[in-house]
Amino acid sequence: MLRFTLKRLISLALSLVAASVVIFFTIEIIPGDAARLMLGINATQDAVDALRVQLGLDQGMLARYLSWVSGLLQGDFGISYTYRVPVVDMVQGRVWVSLPLALYALLLSTLIAFPVGIIAAANRGSWADWLVMGGTQFGVAVPNFWFAMIMVNLLAIKYRWFTAGGFPGWEDPMLALKSLTLPAFVLALPQASILARVMRSALLDTLSEDFMRTARAKGRTRQGALVHHALRNALIPVLTIIGLQFSFLLAGAIIIEKVFFLPGLGSMIFTAITQRDLIVVESVVMLLVFAVILVTFLVDITYALVDPRLRRRP
Amino acid sequence: MKRILTGASVLALLATGAFAANTSITIGDQLEPPHLDPTAGAAGAIDNVTYANIYEGLTRFASDGSVIPGLAESWEISEDGLGYTFTLHSGVKFHDGADMTASDVVWSLNRARAEDSTNAQKGLFAGIESVEALDDTTVLVTLSAPNGSFLFNMAWGDASILNEGDDIEALKSKPNGTGAFVFGNWVQGDSITLVRNENYWGTPAILESATIKYISDPTAAFNAVMAGDVDAFPTFPAPENLPQFDADPRFTVIVGSTEGETILSTNNKMPPFDNPKVREALAHAIDRQAIIDGAMFGYGTPIGTHFAPHNPAYLDLTAQSNYDPDLARALLAEAGFADGFTTTLKLPPPSYARRGGEIIAAQLREVGIQTEVTNLEWGQWLEEVFKGKDFGLTIVSHTEPMDIGIYANPDYYFQYDSPAFQALMEALNAATDTAERTALLQQAQQMIADDYVNGYLFQLAKTGVANANIRGLWENAPTQAADLTAVYWVD
Repeated sequence: MLRFTLKRLISLALSLVAASVVIFFTIEIIPGDAARLMLGINATQDAVDALRVQLGLDQGMLARYLSWVSGLLQGDFGISYTYRVPVVDMVQGRVWVSLPLALYALLLSTLIAFPVGIIAAANRGSWADWLVMGGTQFGVAVPNFWFAMIMVNLLAIKYRWFTAGGFPGWEDPMLALKSLTLPAFVLALPQASILARVMRSALLDTLSEDFMRTARAKGRTRQGALVHHALRNALIPVLTIIGLQFSFLLAGAIIIEKVFFLPGLGSMIFTAITQRDLIVVESVVMLLVFAVILVTFLVDITYALVDPRLRRRP
Repeated sequence: MKRILTGASVLALLATGAFAANTSITIGDQLEPPHLDPTAGAAGAIDNVTYANIYEGLTRFASDGSVIPGLAESWEISEDGLGYTFTLHSGVKFHDGADMTASDVVWSLNRARAEDSTNAQKGLFAGIESVEALDDTTVLVTLSAPNGSFLFNMAWGDASILNEGDDIEALKSKPNGTGAFVFGNWVQGDSITLVRNENYWGTPAILESATIKYISDPTAAFNAVMAGDVDAFPTFPAPENLPQFDADPRFTVIVGSTEGETILSTNNKMPPFDNPKVREALAHAIDRQAIIDGAMFGYGTPIGTHFAPHNPAYLDLTAQSNYDPDLARALLAEAGFADGFTTTLKLPPPSYARRGGEIIAAQLREVGIQTEVTNLEWGQWLEEVFKGKDFGLTIVSHTEPMDIGIYANPDYYFQYDSPAFQALMEALNAATDTAERTALLQQAQQMIADDYVNGYLFQLAKTGVANANIRGLWENAPTQAADLTAVYWVD
C-alpha cells in the first residue's frame, strides 16, 4: 500500500510541474494589456507605462514565470493586477462559495442517484425501470442554464421562495445554504442522472456474477443479495464518476454561477480573463488543477481500500 | 412532505421580510470595480460607487451636467485667467476623522499630475503650473495657460480629494473620503455596502445604507429586478426588457442621456478611408434610426458629430450625413470604387456594437461595401484596434464627457490628423469666455462633420429601472456615477 501511494504521489508532482508550464505560457500569449484595460482609452501612454512598471509587467515572460512558480512553492499566489490584493485573499472568499456549492450538489446528486439506481436495477424491465431510464435521459439532455432560468422564473419570481441569485455570505448559515439550494439542485440534476445510470448498469453487471448466485443459493433474498453483495462490488465505477463529478462541479459551474450571480471561482476566472488579470487566472487554474489531481489521487487510494486486489497490482 | 412545505414557507417569510426596511436600498450594477480608488483607474464602475457618495472634488457635476461647488464653496479667477483661488468649506472631515484642509488638496492635485502618476485622466491636470495652500481653507492653483474647462476638469471623479499621507494601496479596498456615505463592506464578487456618514459636513444622505450588487448577466439582472432582490438598476443592460418593466406598475423606467457618443470609428489612415469621398459615402450609407431601433430598441438620440445633444453648444448636423444610399453609391463611384470594396469591422462586446454591427454590415452591403465582421472582447479590442490600429471600421461609444479634444491627437486610434482642428483646440483651451467657447466648440463640431472623420451614430441613452417608490436617482449621466446622496423612498 505504501509503495502504491508513493508511486501515485510522484506522478502527482510531475503532473503539477507540467501543468504549471502549460498554464503559464498558454495564458500569457492571450493578447491584451491589463494596464491599458484598467486605465481606459483616454489615458495617456505614460500613465499606462507607469502602471505597467508598478505591476511588474515590464519584465520578461521567463522572469515572471520563475517568480510565479517560486511564489507558488512558498504558498504565495501573487498580487492581482486589477484588484491589487493578494490572490490568496481573493480565492479564500470564492472558495467558500464554490466548495460548499460543489459539495452540496454532489450530496444531492448522490442522494438522488443511489436509491434511483438501485430501484431501477432491482426492478429491471419494470415500469419503474422505464421511468428511471426515461427520467435520467431527460436529466442528461436538458441544458442546465435553461433549467436554471426556468427554476428562477418559477421559484424566485413567481413564488418568491428563493432569491433570484447572489450570495449573502456565511454570517447567517441558513440564509447562505438557502441561496445555494437552487444552484446546487440545478447542478445536481444532470450529475444525478448520469450517476443513477452508472449505478444501475454497474449493479446489473454484478447481478450476473457467480457470487450472486451463491448468495441467493445460501438463502439471501433478491433485495438482500443486491444490497449486501452487489452494491459493494458496483461501487468502483460509481466512485470514479463521483470523483470526476466533483472536479467538474468545483471548476465547471461557471454558467450556473453567472445565472445565479454567485461569487464563485468560475465567475472569478471569467472576469479575470476579460480584465487580463492573468496572474489571477494562472494561479486559480493552477489551484484547480491541483484540486483535480488531488481528488484523482484520493479516488485511486479509495479504490485500493474498496478493492484489496488493486493494492498488489504493479 | 409536510416538513418540506413548512420549511418552504419559513423561507418565503424570510424573503418577504427583506422588503420591509425603507431606509436602505439595494441597487444593481453590471461590472464590479477593480478597486475603489477613482484617481487610479478608468473603470466607470469605480465612479459608480465612489463619485459624490464617498469621494468629493473641489467642484462636482449636478445631475443635469452643470458644474457646481463641491469641497470648494467658492472661487475667484484672476484677470489673466491663470490663477484660481479656491475657498474650501471649513469643518470638513475625512471618514477616519482627519480634517480636510488645503494641504490635502495640494497633495491630491500634485499626486495626480506627478511624473509617475497612474491617473487615467492625467490630461485633466496637465495645465497646472503649481498648487499652493495660502491658509488652511484657501488654495491657489496657477495654470500655465488659460483653460476654460478647468473647473469642469476638477469635477471629474479622477480629481477627487484624498487625505494627505494615506496609504494609497490600502485605499483601494478601504476608501477614505469626505462624502455623505462611508465605505461599509465589500463581499468580493457580490456586493459593496455603504453606510450613511453621520458627521457629514453638508446635507446628510437620507438613506441609512446602500448596497450595490454586481450582476453581469442581463438575464440574471432582469430576474433580480423582477424578484425584488435589487430595488433599482440605474443602468440596465438589456433595453429589450424595458417595455416589460414599463407595463408593470411596480417599476419605473428611467430614460436619460449619457456622455456616450456612439460612433462608427473609421481608420483615417487606412486606404480607402484616407479618401474623404469614401468616408462621406460611408456616412450616407448608414441609416441611424434603423440602428437605434434595431440595436437599442428605440433608445438613443441620432447625432451628426462628436458632441452630446443635451449640451447647450450642440449643433444638429445629422442632415449633413442623412441616409441616402444612392448618393453613397455615386460618391463611391466618384472615388473610384464603383464596384465597392472589402474592409474589416471589429466589434467590442457591448450590445450596441454587436447588434449595431450586424445592421451596419447589412447597410454597407447595400452600397457595395463588404465587411468582414470580427467579434472581439475588450482586451483584444484594445490590443488590435486601439493600440495596433489594425482595423478598417469599429463601433465604440466614447463615454467621457466633452471629449471632442481626442480629435486633436493624430496618434489616437482613428488617426485624424488635421492641423486646422488642432489649432482650433488650442484656441478653445485658451478661451474662458462662454460665448467664445461655444463658438469654437461649434466650429470644431462642424469641422469633424465636414471631414466625415467617423460615422456618427447616436448618443447612448441611460436606461434604468427602479422600484416605483424610489425617488432621487439621477436621470442623466453627465459622468459615470450613481449618486445616492439624495435618494429616498416614498410610501
